[in-house]
Amino acid sequence: MKRIYVNEKWCLGCHLCEYYCAFANSGKDDMVKALKNITINPRIRIEEHNNISFAVSCRHCEEPLCVKSCISGALSVNDGIISINQDKCVGCFTCVLACPYGCVMPNDDGVMQKCELCTKNAGGQPYCVQGCPNKAIVFEER
Amino acid sequence: MKYVIIGNSAGAVGCVEGIRQVDKDGEITIISNEPYHTYSRPLISYLLYGKTDEQRMKYRPDSFYEDNGVKTYLGKEAVSIDKDNKKVILNDGTEICYDKLLVATGSRPFVPPMDGLDKVENKFTFMTLDDAKALEKAINKDSNVLVIGAGLIGLKCVEGICDRVKHITVMDLAERILPSILDKDGSELVRKHIEKKGVEFILGDSVAQFTSANTAVSKNGLELSFDVLVVAVGVRPNVELVKDIGGEVGRGIVTDERCRTSIPDIYAAGDCTESMDITADQMRILALLPNAYMQGETAGITMAGGTKVYDKAIPMNAIGFFGYHIITAGSYDGEEYVKKDGDSYKKLVTRDDRLVGYILIGNVERAGIYTSLIREKRPLSSIDFDLIKEKPQLMAFSKRERAKTLGGMK
Ligand SMILES: Cc1cc2nc3c(=O)[nH]c(=O)nc-3n(C[C@H](O)[C@H](O)[C@H](O)COP(=O)(O)OP(=O)(O)OC[C@H]3O[C@@H](n4cnc5c(N)ncnc54)[C@H](O)[C@@H]3O)c2cc1C
Ligand code: SF4
Ligand code: SF4
Repeated sequence: MKRIYVNEKWCLGCHLCEYYCAFANSGKDDMVKALKNITINPRIRIEEHNNISFAVSCRHCEEPLCVKSCISGALSVNDGIISINQDKCVGCFTCVLACPYGCVMPNDDGVMQKCELCTKNAGGQPYCVQGCPNKAIVFEER
Repeated sequence: MKYVIIGNSAGAVGCVEGIRQVDKDGEITIISNEPYHTYSRPLISYLLYGKTDEQRMKYRPDSFYEDNGVKTYLGKEAVSIDKDNKKVILNDGTEICYDKLLVATGSRPFVPPMDGLDKVENKFTFMTLDDAKALEKAINKDSNVLVIGAGLIGLKCVEGICDRVKHITVMDLAERILPSILDKDGSELVRKHIEKKGVEFILGDSVAQFTSANTAVSKNGLELSFDVLVVAVGVRPNVELVKDIGGEVGRGIVTDERCRTSIPDIYAAGDCTESMDITADQMRILALLPNAYMQGETAGITMAGGTKVYDKAIPMNAIGFFGYHIITAGSYDGEEYVKKDGDSYKKLVTRDDRLVGYILIGNVERAGIYTSLIREKRPLSSIDFDLIKEKPQLMAFSKRERAKTLGGMK
């Protein structure tokens, strides 16, 4: 299955992936309008320290602890993609307790969001990958 | 192959999904004394709170049994197991043959003997969908509710009904709320938050006697009146089916790391079992949904002839009240690192170069990174512990390790 991989050597720490993620999931078709005057809450997040930076988003694990732990059945595996049914989620944070990489987080309404590889939005291909100016994020079969 | 499962909740569902990873054709039968499609037990409080409904709280889609080729006996109780002839006997006399049997019978509320309890008409426990429905019928905006038990279940019940009743009093023999998962300081923070909703706590006290259908006197001499009583002091594992036929039972049903009981071809998973808490090297009942699911899955895979072990059990809880969140894991015996910051509280407990437990309240972001350090018994000398103390982050790991987890390097 194709997954998102990051190469931290190439990451500039520019946070563009975060903006592209927020835009892709905003439901709007104009990036400026979508992101103007808001604090973004993206599903991909940059970690930075000293001169190191890298993007973190869901690994779409083969043993997804989040899915096995979800108390409501909101998280499930669909063709290898770990996806969330926000309608079922009650915001209990058990998946946050379980994910070893820290890749699930609440959306602005208190239910969980996570990277779904842009399969549910208009992005088609993961938008963070398209937005990265330095090819530090790729979407590949490995 | 004929698989039979007693129970229809997290343990049972894990087992079905485990079996089907290995065996697509074997016959699977589920028996449950609850008459419902598999539902999420923890969601009964969210149902009363209005955050879910009966359709959305189903633990798996409506097509689950059909998709997985499962035959169900719902609303039927298994009364005994005939291990010699490999049969389960139901309360209506039906006999169901098995090649492999899973016991995932969960637990039941424990109601301690209390003087005069039989006088109380409006009394409830809080374990099942039927309990939640019955409680919902009994309460209204003028109700005074007395909840006995300030543990996870009692307090989730409080959250569920808080906005629908006039007043709630919570009583517990312990001096603090959530004693099984929180230390003194953490517990106080959470209690203060719940008190803001008008909930009253009476701690370090218990009911001495119910003096009428609506009144009680406490050991410390307080007189309490109430319209509705909820008893949530604890649960007991349903071990009888296995115990009655000579299966080994300690605190719960004893299983090995592949979820086999001491009786051939009988497996057990979930709240009815005890497991080895690797943070305390102690057998404990870890009555938690993720554990039930993963044990069930391990049992299912093993029953179908595959290989899987369940050997990383730790206590872990994510719980929240009125938007204030708590995540805890492991045990708290060791060296402590504590940080308080406004409404947020963090305690990390280390022992012998390992993280063995933590408490996060308020800011619970990315807690799973901590959980993973505990579960994998990660030597702290192999990571940057100062960074980890600051917050859960992958930056604390080596570049090489990140190249594997994030960069796809094998
Ligand atoms: C109010 C509440 C809130 C909770 N919140 C959380 C939470 O936030 N996070 C968390 O991790 N856990 C939580 N839990 C615990 C969680 O619900 C359990 O750990 C989980 O449901 C265990 O699953 P199980 O399959 O082992 O057993 P159960 O869910 O108890 O299911 C056992 C099933 O077997 C049936 N059964 C038993 N005996 C027989 C018999 N003889 N014949 C036929 N059927 C039988 C029972 O009726 C039941 O349907 C909560 C529990 C409650 C009550
Ligand atoms: S959310 Fe976490 S546990 Fe779940 S699949 Fe993604 S990385 Fe794995
Ligand atoms: S927060 Fe939502 S997705 Fe996460 S475990 Fe709870 S119900 Fe499942």
